[in-house]
Amino acid sequence: MSEKNDLRLSGTADKPVSDLEAFAEPPAVTVEGSGGQSPWRLAARRLRKRRFALFMGAVFVLLVLVMAAAPLWAEHVAHTSPNENHLSDQIDVGGEKINVVGLDGVPIGPTWRGEFFLGADGNGRDVAVRLLYGGRNSLIIGLSAALITLLLGLTTGLLAGYFRGWTDSFLSRIMDILWAFPVILLGIALGTSLALGGLKLGPVSISGGSLAIPIFVIAIVYIPYLARPIRGEVLSLREKEFVEAARAQGMGPFRLIHSEILPNVVSTGLVFFPLLVANAILLEAALSFLGAGVQPPEPSWGTMIDEGVARIVTAPALAIVPGMMIVITVLSLNVFGEAVRDALDPRAKVRIEH
Amino acid sequence: MSEPLLSVRDLEVSFRTEGGLLQAVDGVSFDLKRGETLSIVGESGCGKSVTAMTLMGLTGGPNARFSGSVKLDGQELLGADDEVMRSIRGDRMSMVFQNPMTSLNPVHRIGNQIVEQIRAHRDVSKKEAMARAVELLDAVGVPDAAQRARSYPHEFSGGMRQRAMIAMALSLEPEILIADEPTTALDVTIQAQILELLKQLNRDFGLTVILITHDLGVVADIADRVAVMYAGRLVETGTLDEIFYDPRHPYSWGLLGSVPRIEGERLARLAQIDGQPPALIDPPPGCRFRERCPHAFGKCGEEPELLSRGETPGHLDRCWLDISERPALRQLPSGLIGLAKPS
Amino acid sequence: MALFALKRLGSMILVLFAVSVLTFLIFNVLPSGDPAVRMAGKQPTETQIEAIRVEWGFDQPIYVQYEKTMQNMFSGDMISYFNQLNVVEEIWKGVPRTFALAIGAAIIWMAFAIALGVWSAMRAGGVSDGMLNVFALIGISMPVFWLGALMNQYLGFELTQILGFELFPNGGYVEFSVSPFEWFHHLLLPWFALSVLFIGFYSRVLRANILETMDEDYVRTARAKGLSERRVMLSHVLRNSMISVVTLWGLDFAVVVGGGAILTETVFNLQGVGQYAADAIGQLDQPPIMAVTMFGAFFVVFFNALIDIVYAALDPRIRLQDGDTAL
Repeated sequence: MSEKNDLRLSGTADKPVSDLEAFAEPPAVTVEGSGGQSPWRLAARRLRKRRFALFMGAVFVLLVLVMAAAPLWAEHVAHTSPNENHLSDQIDVGGEKINVVGLDGVPIGPTWRGEFFLGADGNGRDVAVRLLYGGRNSLIIGLSAALITLLLGLTTGLLAGYFRGWTDSFLSRIMDILWAFPVILLGIALGTSLALGGLKLGPVSISGGSLAIPIFVIAIVYIPYLARPIRGEVLSLREKEFVEAARAQGMGPFRLIHSEILPNVVSTGLVFFPLLVANAILLEAALSFLGAGVQPPEPSWGTMIDEGVARIVTAPALAIVPGMMIVITVLSLNVFGEAVRDALDPRAKVRIEH
Repeated sequence: MSEPLLSVRDLEVSFRTEGGLLQAVDGVSFDLKRGETLSIVGESGCGKSVTAMTLMGLTGGPNARFSGSVKLDGQELLGADDEVMRSIRGDRMSMVFQNPMTSLNPVHRIGNQIVEQIRAHRDVSKKEAMARAVELLDAVGVPDAAQRARSYPHEFSGGMRQRAMIAMALSLEPEILIADEPTTALDVTIQAQILELLKQLNRDFGLTVILITHDLGVVADIADRVAVMYAGRLVETGTLDEIFYDPRHPYSWGLLGSVPRIEGERLARLAQIDGQPPALIDPPPGCRFRERCPHAFGKCGEEPELLSRGETPGHLDRCWLDISERPALRQLPSGLIGLAKPS
Repeated sequence: MALFALKRLGSMILVLFAVSVLTFLIFNVLPSGDPAVRMAGKQPTETQIEAIRVEWGFDQPIYVQYEKTMQNMFSGDMISYFNQLNVVEEIWKGVPRTFALAIGAAIIWMAFAIALGVWSAMRAGGVSDGMLNVFALIGISMPVFWLGALMNQYLGFELTQILGFELFPNGGYVEFSVSPFEWFHHLLLPWFALSVLFIGFYSRVLRANILETMDEDYVRTARAKGLSERRVMLSHVLRNSMISVVTLWGLDFAVVVGGGAILTETVFNLQGVGQYAADAIGQLDQPPIMAVTMFGAFFVVFFNALIDIVYAALDPRIRLQDGDTAL
């Protein structure tokens, strides 16, 4: 039985339940009486049916754990650090001494042993170690940026939608302007200018090469993509009876937002989060590839592809491997995120540009 | 007695859903004579719309299951070939839906939507079909029809859209018109106009009409015969007079009791039927109205047949109550018919 | 209609102004340190920095700085301090290339998305639908520059070695006026590389739209009219499902032209506007990045206004709503 058709049989909030659809769910009394049908439990039940999506979610968690273990591998297995050059070193492979980087400039390929497991790059650095550290950077940037976007996007959307009027006009105009820039250009603009000068926000001073810069840049760029739909939802929620009722009881605006409105937009936030992380990772890679994200010699999957493309003829793995890592990571998030969306809010229109 | 135009026997429709098998229509039977107006009445979710859609062959999808028989002029429709059903739909049987605001395609002009239907069944030129469409719009009371045929649905009011829907449904002079709550979404004054139009079509052209509604007030105006549905089953059928003046089933009493009536100077207090209909996934055995019926007794745990229990052979009901006691039970203190706890 | 267009253009001008202010802030105010030093690029001399400081008004109040910045942008005199070339002229050189890339890719991605989206929706829940969904998700999960680089290397370079002739060229751009065939030939790989992501995304959107439209009352009406299933699908379901997709198409086209194509241009060495900016990033050469950012956003804003106006002309329902283009 196809799941899609079942979903379509059940009435949805924004569409009046027609005669036919009314059958799909037992009458309201039964729903409340039988328990176990709260929206969250229903979503969890739907999500549990999506085996492949859960598997991909697990893949992502595994990737996070592996990348978090980067220092362990570097210290105990590879005996090097991500930015350490071994240009003039030789290693022992099957009793033979081999140059890490050949005299013709071609780096060594995978040894499948602790040291230079995946070979070396043009600077004689251990690719496996850089891949782990680069992944760690990519994931730190992706997750932190998405988290900041989530917080700021929710806040902006809630304030604009709830207070309307002047607050809304002001915030919405800012969102419109950010929205006008192609994501990649805004990222480049912020990324290059901040990488060149660093950022000073009150007492906090961030230098140009810091990871905080791409985090900040990516977080800012995606705010409108979340704030806009949240604002729309809040605008319609604040007219709903239960909000009216709470207001009539004299509940203050911030308590009202917190206790009546926020719980209703949380699902939108949850639907967005995995997809935000996925897109943040892709944007980080693109910016780093162009030189406007993570600054060399710090590794990230984007900078590694950039360095790899330059050597794609002699050592194609240098470009292919970090790209594969991005595809697997982003795919796991997209598959899992899609299942979360279907489970929580099948009609949500999630659109993020990258 | 002539052969019925439409004959429905033991129609069952069920859907497979996330929660289990949902029995939407459970053994519905009725006959419809040419020129007759049958009204199917019941609250939302009772299966009346599914019945109508099934007659049209529109209850599709991988999750729907059917059994029984639907015969149009002797021809079996249930399980008929898709192409056969397509040629019948819109030509010999057509349908008007509840919500005229959403039932017309917003991106096509009204006239073209009628033309499309005509040309799906008849080999005529666009121009001829358009002339016919304008004629139809004019006939159902759309003013300035030639001009208005070029409008888009959003440029029409709700009442005008429903007129356009009716014009469309009539475009090929169907033998049966199924109107599924055609007035529910409209203003009261517009409702009356639309009903008047249906009545006129029935009277002047002998159009056979199936009117689906939850509103007995609408029924009184137009129906020859009435079928009352509850939780997927027919609970009572009879002529209009039989249902209005001698209703046999407690659910019918409840429906009648909830029709607003002017009593002298003031509006009578609206009665309502307490409770909810049973879930249609694994419903409890016995009479389905039992849980909400103040007159229920031990016997109601068994399922009653749809039978004629009085002297009028065409008046059938599905209730265990003693036929002679019913007039007293349905009588409210006010003298009107209604559903109330026996005192 | 004219009033709508005027109002829309009026709000567009406000947004353009705001975009210019934001660009100015991002480059000249937000970062810490001396803006003249950042502008000057790699290893500037003291005199160069001083000249830049005067020219851009960095020693003056902020509104003068903004004014001077805009003067530099619009007068067409702005130069790159890396190669002393005129920035606006360089941008204009790249415009036809960027457009050629964007237009071809837009046609390809839309054609594929329609075919795949309809196919998927017709078989919703089936095996082929599931497979297409997985492919679409892989498509939107791939970094376009990585995919492009691999295509360029393996289909452009290595395949040529194997075949002995160029099935696909290894990057580069040939002017249409020089050879229409070679122009097309050189753009094929970039078009497809750029399209993959959009095909994945659009086919899913269209599939969802189709499934949603199939539940609409007017589709039921169309069936009740006795139309053939084919006719119901084309004239009622697909037609209505396409409306939002076409709007999206316009917006995305603008975004691709306005800067989205930067990665594809760079890996295929097409020398368009995007690659001009990408090269400037490598040189830490700020004026080109600044100009491309602002003019890119200008194009997006302008094109969006144009789409709104064209749509209002085509669909009278839109005029009833206000000019807010919430998507």
